[in-house]
Amino acid sequence: MPQSLLPIFALFEYDKISFAIVATAILVNVSCALLGCFLLLRRMSLLGDAISHAILPGLALGFMLTQSRAIWPMLAGAMFVGVLTALLTQVLTRWARVPEDAAMGVVFTSLFAIGVIMIHRVARQVDLDASCVLYGMLETAAMDTTTVAGVTLPRTVLTMGIVCALVIVFVVLLWKELKIVSFDPDLATTQGINANVIHYLLMSMVAAVTVAAFEAVGSILVVAMLIAPAAAASMLTDRMSIMLLIAALCGIASAVIGREIAYPLGASVPGMMSVVAGAIFTLAVIFGPSHGLLIKALRRWKLSLRIVREDVLSMLYRWDEISPERALQRSQAQAALGGGLLPRFAIWDLLRDGRIKREADGVALTERGRRQAQTLVKSHRLWEAYLQKVLGFPADHLHASADRTEHFMNEGLVRQVADAVDNPRIDPHGKPIPRREGSRVDLGEKE
Amino acid sequence: MFGLQYNTLLVIAGTGLLGLSAGVIGAFAVLRRRALMGDALSHAALPGLCIAFMLYGERNFLVFMIGAVISGVIGVLCVSLLRHHTRIKEDAAIGLVLSVFYGAGIVLLSIIQRQRNGQQAGLESYLFGQTASMVMQDLATIIGVTLLTLLILLLFYKEFKILSFDREFAAVQGWPTLFLDLAMMVLLVITTVAGLPAVGVVLMAALLIIPGVSARFWTDRLDKLLLLAGLFGLLSGVIGTLLSDKLDDLPAGPVIVLSGSIIFFLSMLFAPRRGVISRVLQHLALRGRVARQNLLRSFYELSEPDLPALKTVSTEALVHHRGWTLGEVKRLLNSAQAEKQIEPVGASDAHQWRLTAAGLSAAADVVRVHRLWEIFLIEHADIAPDHVDRDADQIEHILSPELIARLESHLFNAGRWPKAAVPASPHKIDAGVMSAKESA
Repeated sequence: MPQSLLPIFALFEYDKISFAIVATAILVNVSCALLGCFLLLRRMSLLGDAISHAILPGLALGFMLTQSRAIWPMLAGAMFVGVLTALLTQVLTRWARVPEDAAMGVVFTSLFAIGVIMIHRVARQVDLDASCVLYGMLETAAMDTTTVAGVTLPRTVLTMGIVCALVIVFVVLLWKELKIVSFDPDLATTQGINANVIHYLLMSMVAAVTVAAFEAVGSILVVAMLIAPAAAASMLTDRMSIMLLIAALCGIASAVIGREIAYPLGASVPGMMSVVAGAIFTLAVIFGPSHGLLIKALRRWKLSLRIVREDVLSMLYRWDEISPERALQRSQAQAALGGGLLPRFAIWDLLRDGRIKREADGVALTERGRRQAQTLVKSHRLWEAYLQKVLGFPADHLHASADRTEHFMNEGLVRQVADAVDNPRIDPHGKPIPRREGSRVDLGEKE
Repeated sequence: MFGLQYNTLLVIAGTGLLGLSAGVIGAFAVLRRRALMGDALSHAALPGLCIAFMLYGERNFLVFMIGAVISGVIGVLCVSLLRHHTRIKEDAAIGLVLSVFYGAGIVLLSIIQRQRNGQQAGLESYLFGQTASMVMQDLATIIGVTLLTLLILLLFYKEFKILSFDREFAAVQGWPTLFLDLAMMVLLVITTVAGLPAVGVVLMAALLIIPGVSARFWTDRLDKLLLLAGLFGLLSGVIGTLLSDKLDDLPAGPVIVLSGSIIFFLSMLFAPRRGVISRVLQHLALRGRVARQNLLRSFYELSEPDLPALKTVSTEALVHHRGWTLGEVKRLLNSAQAEKQIEPVGASDAHQWRLTAAGLSAAADVVRVHRLWEIFLIEHADIAPDHVDRDADQIEHILSPELIARLESHLFNAGRWPKAAVPASPHKIDAGVMSAKESA
């Protein structure tokens, strides 16, 4: 029994038909996901879409020539047209100077139109129609079984198994070439790898997978699987090998979860699988560990917090210079930094840190806070001096630039700037530039 | 009228107008490199259609339209969000929206079809289009959409124009680019959704893309481009419907698209200037002119020591001088002889040639420009004398008369140029070196 061959399916206690559906979908999804990674990196994701539409006339051609629904002639016809799509797109782009996306649009829609007409002509003789190409017949295809080496398998599982194995062999054998061509076709060419040959091999594989998959799952799932798992994987990793692995896992997960949801609803299984793939992608976009929206927002927030914290410190330092007898009120400080949540949190955080302290009528710097504030104010004022002396900025244009730059100057840069303006004691506005005393870090003055 | 039935006329009017508005609004999309956005839109509209049907419970064009427009706009927003805020590139974003929305649409469709009234929805027709079943209400919608599209384009023509060519400039000038962008997208969505029942999801993308791309071959002006795109769209709608009516009930949608494809193909081949045939001819003409000029310069250089006496030059000397093949030289000599720039000396099989007076003056012009550029390169671009020949060889054929005049007066003022005569070559003319360079 198939269940005993793959123990993982026993987990779900599938019957024969469910096994056939899920196994077929997994094989399709893995094949597509692996190829999709290369398409994504070469920015050719839509070529997969184009090919999967454009193979229609190829299928019809294969059928018309042999007058049978045997898979191999249709596969050959569709692969021919699939590669033709890529070729025609390239010809239009190169020779007729049509923008690439428009060229692709013209080619695949025209081929699809031809395909619909051809199928319309032959449809009276056979149950091959265009909607079957889009939706697939996963449920009925599962009933059609064949026996190989004593094991009874659904025919689609057998076909897709062979195709999936071919894809894996293709990827493993041409790993180095595919990788280099995906990232830098010009480098590949200088290394003696024919980028064009690899390109068309990839296109043939995409066409082959699309064709083999169409009758089982339809072209919707193929297009979704060529793009979504690869896109999700690209949000999660920067390594090619791991990307392929994640994409394949994502394809498997879409197949299993999609079927689980679709079955009780009586909804289209391939459709639901592509929706699940989309959902997985959405999760990856939001929660991706280094490129996700959440982590990016967090990083931005941390940067803003650091800047506001530093602004509070340098503001307290300046306040001390102007009116050392009076402490700055907390509400005033918040209002001066634009109000809102961030300054409020920054002041709370600084208090917690022990860089500022509560005083009777407001907040003031602690010794620790003063040291950091000195560094900041020093950076600020030195940068103003540098802008004026070396770059010749007018006096009223100095502050805004220094206000930004002070947060990003490190010790080495402060030292260089100080040297460039001969370590002045006052800045262009006549304010004293803080000196080394009391400073924890070496601020770089030459005495 | 014209021997056509009322229904056929209605369909022709509908598809023609649809082609017109899709062509015009699609031309903008093509210009802005968003050709496939229409494809994504028409797929993304499907879940909206289904939800509209589920909520409303029966077939109603306006309700379908609203649902489709909403989900289409959401799809477009998703593409733009992914493109701006993640590392996903635009093509992948379009593909993702297209396939996932479409998958969701198929899921909803399959659920609807299980319901009691599901078969009445006629939602299937949105996938492939059923042009022949178009009714007066559909035509009215298409007329409304077309008028709306054309009116808005007319009102905001200047704004859309600036947005299409230089979005940053438009933003700097204070145009509300985001609003205009959105307005254009909404027009695209409305047109797409209006076309779905007639031609279906995939072929709607064709109606948006193909007229614009075809029109682009004929003109560089936006107003003409829009007119032509509209015309091509109209033509493919009308011709396609007529053909499908005449030809053994072929489905109209694909025939309309194929009519458009044929217009595209003809435009690509025969358009002046940008068409493939015209470009090949231009290329051949340039090659012929370059070869002729090289021949004349070789004649001049070979006979230079004896000037003003015109020396006889043998075919072999020319072959050696430029590194041409014998066949090429013979062809060039024949054409130059036909234009009386050279004349044979002695017997016709002696392979001896001499410049005519006209040929000498043409050759002198070529050599002047060549050396002018060489001297310019040596003096102003700091290129070594033994390297200038090849650079000049490439540029001499395409220098404009204005540039030549400026170079001449520049060098003349510097005392480096004899007015109106051919200066001596700044480098040694060595036939062997020349041919080696040429063949490189």
